[in-house]
Amino acid sequence: MYIPVNDMLKHFKQDAPAMANITHKSDQWSPYHDNSGTVLAVGIPGAVIVAGDTRLSNGYNILSRDATKLSQLTDKCVLATAGQYADFIALRKFLQQRLQLYEFQNEVQASTETVAHLLSRELYSRRFFPYYTFNLLAGLDENNHGVVYGYDAIGSYDKMTYGVQGSGQELVVAVLDNQLKGYNKINKTIPQTREEILDIILDCFSCAAERDIHTGDNVEILIITAAGTERIVKPLRKD
Amino acid sequence: MIDFDPSTFGLAHTYQKEDKDEINTLSMPSAPQVIYRSLNGPTQTNGGNKLNNFKHGTTTLGFVFKEGILLAVDSRASMGSFLSSEQVRKVIEINEYLLGTMAGGAADCQYWLAYLANHCRTYELKNGSKLSVAAASKFLQGILIGYKNSGLSMGCMIAGTDLSGQHLYYIDNDGMRLKGDIFSVGSGSTYAYGVLDNYYRYDLSLDEAVELGVRAIYHATHRDTASGGVVRVYHIHQNGWTKVHDGIDVVDLHYKFAQQKGLVGDGDEAKQRLF
Repeated sequence: MYIPVNDMLKHFKQDAPAMANITHKSDQWSPYHDNSGTVLAVGIPGAVIVAGDTRLSNGYNILSRDATKLSQLTDKCVLATAGQYADFIALRKFLQQRLQLYEFQNEVQASTETVAHLLSRELYSRRFFPYYTFNLLAGLDENNHGVVYGYDAIGSYDKMTYGVQGSGQELVVAVLDNQLKGYNKINKTIPQTREEILDIILDCFSCAAERDIHTGDNVEILIITAAGTERIVKPLRKD
Repeated sequence: MIDFDPSTFGLAHTYQKEDKDEINTLSMPSAPQVIYRSLNGPTQTNGGNKLNNFKHGTTTLGFVFKEGILLAVDSRASMGSFLSSEQVRKVIEINEYLLGTMAGGAADCQYWLAYLANHCRTYELKNGSKLSVAAASKFLQGILIGYKNSGLSMGCMIAGTDLSGQHLYYIDNDGMRLKGDIFSVGSGSTYAYGVLDNYYRYDLSLDEAVELGVRAIYHATHRDTASGGVVRVYHIHQNGWTKVHDGIDVVDLHYKFAQQKGLVGDGDEAKQRLF
């Protein structure tokens, strides 16, 4: 039996639905780049320790091996940011200028709590085109105890004793939960001295550098106390 | 004497910054303007885009009873599948007579409830009397209607005390405002409703009400992955509010409730050696 296939195909093609005008989302330009890296901060009575790696990357490329993620805003507080470096610079510029204005108007530097609230409001002002920044604000409170405020990209914040942000967040925060809070430990030995905590922080960065491609090169540590700020730089894996 | 311009009532441009605020720049800034709605589409759950993973997932509940209002919340904040915090404060202390609960986007709730607190204080100073709970919740509803469809995510309860008693309102980002006796909001609300509806009575005593609130949150945290951490309980009465529990770990509650039933709480009560 002869079946005119081409005639049948023509018939079916008329009923075929027109192909939808699909725009592939992956081709769309995005204003955001994730320059990654990891930052963490731990607050202890009398001091706060902030650390960040110094690798700046974009996808699989390393753009810089000594780009700082930390920014000292007042004598008592430091901003640590992971995410997009351009937004970090813009945010840092705004905060520095606004806090300078505060100091001129009030003849005293803003307290850490004030800076925390200011940062939250600035992030929320860009609610519909966010700063791609994951921030930690670490500083000394009115009693010179270390406090850490952790933020999401649009400004929700909370006071914590320690915080981690960035590409190595999941790797590092679990270690800190175990070491600093004693989660899932049978013999809970919580480190008390600054040296013990510094050791843990360095170990955390080494671990993150091992398993996260975006973390490495150097780790920059700032220790803020009432007496001043101390800066330590230690090397990490460069691969 | 009331600072009220009928022509701007309820419209979004009411909240624009005035020129005199240029000098006093530590006051509340102009509310965020919607620039480009599609950048923040709520339906885009692109796994690689961290920017849309704001803190969500929660269980909060509130109910009215003869001693006032009880609010109970969990404390977990998740960003996608990562737990960003187990110690979040989801009850926001607006002032000494008003409390707000947080569900949905944490930043949205924190910002707008702080904005409401600012407004309440300004009203009190200008008019010499405190804003009623009905008016405060109405003000918040007006703001959220202005931002409708822009991607805000808020499901909050406003509870407080004023001259006419203690009142509980539910406000959400669609512009809904409901007055009611029992509300539960969040991903774990269905589990909390089950417990609440079973045991709720208006004539509960304070201790019974606290126990009910704690139990409802515990059951929600037990079954909902996005809820957990600790239970915080607040009580609103005619003199304001009191924090009844600052944080009871739900893991401890699990074993306590199991023990009350005579069980171990290890999940293998039938001793089938499932694991």
